Amino acid sequence: MSVASLTLVHAKYSLIETMRIPIAVIGTVVFPALALLFFVVPQQAVAGNPEYATQAIISMSVFSVMIGSLFSFGLGIAENREKPWEPYLRSLPAPGIARVLAHILSTGLLAIVALIPIILVGGLLTSARVTPLQIVIGLVAVAVACLPFMLLGMVIGYALPMKAAIAVIQVTFFALAFGGGLFLPPQLFPSWLDTLSQFLPSRQARDFVIWAVQGGELTPLTWLGLIGWTVVLLALVLVLFRRDEGRRFR
Amino acid sequence: MTALATLDHVTRTFGSVTAVDDVTIEIREGEMLGLLGPNGAGKTTVISMLQGRRRPTSGTVQIFGGNPADAASRRRLGSTPQETALPDSLRVGEVIDFVGAHFSDRRVTAELAEEFGVGEFLKRQVGSLSGGQKRRLSVALAFVGNPKLVLLDEPTTGLDVDARHSLWAVLRAQHERGATVVVTSHYLEEIEALAERVVVMAGGRVVADDSLAGILGRVGLRLVRLETDQPDRVAALEGVSHRDGSDYFVRDSDAFLAALVTSGITFRDLTVRGATLEEAFLSLTEGAR
Repeated sequence: MSVASLTLVHAKYSLIETMRIPIAVIGTVVFPALALLFFVVPQQAVAGNPEYATQAIISMSVFSVMIGSLFSFGLGIAENREKPWEPYLRSLPAPGIARVLAHILSTGLLAIVALIPIILVGGLLTSARVTPLQIVIGLVAVAVACLPFMLLGMVIGYALPMKAAIAVIQVTFFALAFGGGLFLPPQLFPSWLDTLSQFLPSRQARDFVIWAVQGGELTPLTWLGLIGWTVVLLALVLVLFRRDEGRRFR
Repeated sequence: MTALATLDHVTRTFGSVTAVDDVTIEIREGEMLGLLGPNGAGKTTVISMLQGRRRPTSGTVQIFGGNPADAASRRRLGSTPQETALPDSLRVGEVIDFVGAHFSDRRVTAELAEEFGVGEFLKRQVGSLSGGQKRRLSVALAFVGNPKLVLLDEPTTGLDVDARHSLWAVLRAQHERGATVVVTSHYLEEIEALAERVVVMAGGRVVADDSLAGILGRVGLRLVRLETDQPDRVAALEGVSHRDGSDYFVRDSDAFLAALVTSGITFRDLTVRGATLEEAFLSLTEGAR
């Protein structure tokens, strides 16, 4: 069986399992739209300016996919490793890369679906204006730019037991969200923080999606950084997956 | 006969615990091998290393001539989860299809389900099945890909007597179709019903590896049951291996009875019979300690 067909099979049954308990998806889908509604919409300085509003929506989208990725990948994997079904699946003839890609497809798809409420709230309640083509380009850009977060979530999930994973994810997502300019725009950063920020995948993802939607200049550090994070984290996930023997007890 | 799988001087430790200690086993094509031992003997660790789920700390594990950690080596391997580990929200048919999708030569879902007695539940969610139905589904999963080597870890745990006997019949039929089967159990009756060759494990080591008849013959203990007011004197007689309540295990029951009568000890309710595999196995594992 090819890696592609096994990837689709694993993604399919993972989605079926998720969809059988649809309420579990609501957190992922609604939370980012609520954040936009409370933090961006009331601020006229941002919401009233088409350029800033679009950037704020993009930041919120990246934030949304990032938080969704870290939590669903990290917690989902850490939780599954503590159940006996996951070790059984590992005994089937599917290579590690098929499991990793299937996770990205199924969980990643839900994270992208979660962007629809953000785009609706942003389009209806702020002065952000984009064409349908820009929305499509933006979604593709978010999907690509957020690969490092999905992989990072998987690294955490395979490296740590569930309770430790929760703590690490909370710290990681806050540092990445703030440091990457997703809460406060980087224009407000002091220059040392701005420099540091450009090495973070969250900042690179934000800048990449803004470039894809609004145009402008893309610094090499942004796209080189995204590729670098993706390659390094993918390699790390594959190593951890191969080493993984389920939860370790002492 | 060629070896489908081998463990060569395999040791596996978990922290300070040695679960498997210098074990060498060769699994030959076409056999039905019973891996027998009490809980904690290392049976499940052996199975999980053959499945590629755990790596040996030292020594080599091979299946089909390759490393079990590589997915390609597992293409003709079928196994079953030890606990009822199935995802509750999937339907029975979906679980079979999911596992079946990994194999190029796979059984038809409905036919396999019928054979293992879960045919009427294909549309039901796994969570709604009883414990016994889940167990039968778990065992069915081992056979969905027409495997050459099947690893069954405690296949009938939690089944009632009837269900256990019917599952044994299905397993024997699968073996006759050509599958090489390794079955672990601490149900001695199960090993007696299924295995042709028996590997007995205790404390992480192999304490015996022989044909079923050989295991019984080698231990060759007879069980003498009798009531007496002086059990300690009876136990002290020549040829008594050990005593368990009113059961005395002896190598030669004729010589023992002669000695018993000569000793003048009064006794009643005498029975003499061959020791079962369970009893044989107890004396083997006690020897290993």
